Amino acid sequence: MGRPQTIGSQAKPQLWDFPGGLHLPEHKIDAPIRSMPLPKTLVFPLAQHIGAPAKPVVEVGDKVLRGQVIAEADGYVSTPVHASTSGKVIAIEERPVAHPSGLSARCIVLASDGRDKAAPGRTVEDFKALELVELRNIVRDAGVVGLGGAAFPSFIKLNPGSARIDTLVLNGAECEPYIACDQAVMAEEPADIVRGAQLIMHAVGARQTIIGIEDNKPRGIAALRKAIGEQQASNVRVVVVPSRYPQGGEKQLIQTLTGREIPSEGLPLDIGIVCHNVATASAVWRAVVYGEPLTERVITVTGPGIKTPSNLRVRLGTPVEDLVAAAGGLAEQGARLVMGGPMMGFALPNARVPAVKATNCILALRQADVRPEEPAMPCIRCGACAEVCPAGLLPQQLYWHARAGEFDKTQNYNLFDCIECGCCAQVCPSHIPLVQHYRFAKTEIWAEEREKRKADAARERHEFRNARLERIDAEKKAARAAKKAALQAKKAGGDPVGDAIAKAKAAKQAAPESDSKATDDPIAAAKAKAQARKAQKAQAEGAVPSAAAAQEAPKDDPVAAALAKAKAAKAAKQSDDKPDSDA
Amino acid sequence: MLSAVLALTALAVVFGLVLGFAAVRFKVEGDPLVEQIDKILPQTQCGQCNYPGCRPYAQAIADGEADINQCPPGGDEGVIKLAELLGREPKPLNPDNGVEKSMPTVAFIREDECIGCTLCIQACPVDAIVGARQQMHTVIVDECTGCDLCIPPCPVDCIDVVPVEPTVSTWTWPKPIDVAELPREAA
Repeated sequence: MGRPQTIGSQAKPQLWDFPGGLHLPEHKIDAPIRSMPLPKTLVFPLAQHIGAPAKPVVEVGDKVLRGQVIAEADGYVSTPVHASTSGKVIAIEERPVAHPSGLSARCIVLASDGRDKAAPGRTVEDFKALELVELRNIVRDAGVVGLGGAAFPSFIKLNPGSARIDTLVLNGAECEPYIACDQAVMAEEPADIVRGAQLIMHAVGARQTIIGIEDNKPRGIAALRKAIGEQQASNVRVVVVPSRYPQGGEKQLIQTLTGREIPSEGLPLDIGIVCHNVATASAVWRAVVYGEPLTERVITVTGPGIKTPSNLRVRLGTPVEDLVAAAGGLAEQGARLVMGGPMMGFALPNARVPAVKATNCILALRQADVRPEEPAMPCIRCGACAEVCPAGLLPQQLYWHARAGEFDKTQNYNLFDCIECGCCAQVCPSHIPLVQHYRFAKTEIWAEEREKRKADAARERHEFRNARLERIDAEKKAARAAKKAALQAKKAGGDPVGDAIAKAKAAKQAAPESDSKATDDPIAAAKAKAQARKAQKAQAEGAVPSAAAAQEAPKDDPVAAALAKAKAAKAAKQSDDKPDSDA
Repeated sequence: MLSAVLALTALAVVFGLVLGFAAVRFKVEGDPLVEQIDKILPQTQCGQCNYPGCRPYAQAIADGEADINQCPPGGDEGVIKLAELLGREPKPLNPDNGVEKSMPTVAFIREDECIGCTLCIQACPVDAIVGARQQMHTVIVDECTGCDLCIPPCPVDCIDVVPVEPTVSTWTWPKPIDVAELPREAA
């Protein structure tokens, strides 16, 4: 870093190393890129990338042009699919696709009209004038994915988020035997690769680009160095790395070029690096500046089972049998077709599956070339697998636990850092299919996680349903109880006995109520008491004088009677006046 | 002698109080056994275990009322997991409860035959059927657990059990055949 490399300088840059790896026979062709005739029928799987499959936007019978979107991205991690030539949509159905399972998937089938008419695209003069978001949207809408084989949507890798990126690594290592398409692209489109590097650096904010190429690709190295010189691109340099499988693994190449190791289950982003394939850089450039969506790619059709091994520029969706035919056909009946290289590729179920964005190589093997499946013998703990593991894992431990179905333990041994390069299985003297065990364990773990998510959702829905039923039940019960009470009250109203009882109850209730009212009010109580006393006194007094009067005066004494009367009237008047005078 | 006895008694009382207080005050709500069992069960809510759902079956296992081999959707794998959790010997599935399906299934309503009676909606333990009275019903595939509880109530027999075929995104690699796994004599 920071080492300005002058153009054409032969100064050897410092290189680091990655653990393990293997020297494999190369079997690489160095052939120019050839075009091939337009296929009659093209098949576009909706899932050609990592992420959610695209959604069709055309219907059977629609006429489409080259570069027209036939399926749009569905969600963030997804990309659209474009028609790679003009023609008519003849079916949207399940078709066998290139996948190790040999299963079918939804595809759009197009009958070519042979005119290859292109849809108008928009071109951009100066990409630096674009907003970064717009730049990413163009790349996304062009359906560009990683062309090294993983097919991860490229626009996502153009968005570093909050990470600070200093270096863009372009991967031109192409380490797997037989595969030679990147070398051809580097040799024939070096200018677009270097311009693409500038564009990606601009998008992610990187200061420099390192293009890592294995030393067995002199044509690609020379062409790129020349293009860098022509464009005066002092921030881009080519670094030649030793040929050793799996040098082209993203983590391995970054480690070799920068000495920085990507953390476990991490991304290059975590250490300030973004890594793209060289052909992807070219595709990004063409997508932005020429408005060309990803409708074709270079595929190596090779192997001892092919008559004329070639690098072909292939329209996406072309059936593999057309590719084989364009490369001279099979050298022998019943040759086995593999998509990808001999280490990480998988056997194709038939030759009618289409070539997709991730297809970098079609390898045809004769019966004699296919390694006979030797029976696996018990592990002798030689440790050869651990020596070659480029991720520095413990393949034996992973194997024991994967075999025993103890998948949580395989994760403790960092199963998901395994890049499935297959070195361990290649060197195993007991022919144990180690990498197959790891693939098995990985997909089992994913399946388990899916099941768990589904079970959790079912539990939640079931509990919600139970709660709802209980609530409805309770509501019904409450309504029933209320109705019953109302009915009873109504019944009670028409019953004379009940009426009487109610009256008695009311009276009973009323009586203590008045008592309590009296006792509650001390003034009233005192008044009442005073009244009672007065009354008593008055009674006693009244009785006594009357008695006395009766005794003193004769019963028919009119004077006495008049006197008493006057006394009483006076007393009454006095008691009446008193409150007035008080007031 | 007496002082020693008293001292120890006093200590015992003090520690007893402290521990008793701590046990109440700092009680940690662990994952109760029922929850752990319920997590292992497949949540199909099919009732084949003779309990009205997975949770009641989990409760019954925890209470010692039910055996661990009554869940056909969980299969032998589920029995083994339950045995591990509970420290018991695994045993084969009880055939009285049914047999394990060879592959997952979902219900599928033949929509033109549906009369809109809502009986299946009422039977579905996870609300995976949508529809209304006199209207066509349909199954939400992603939510269906394949419990088959909707099939008996359907008066017109318009519900099929459809196997869920693996797709490219759900397919799993087969387990490699490995001679080392065979008994030693055979290897």
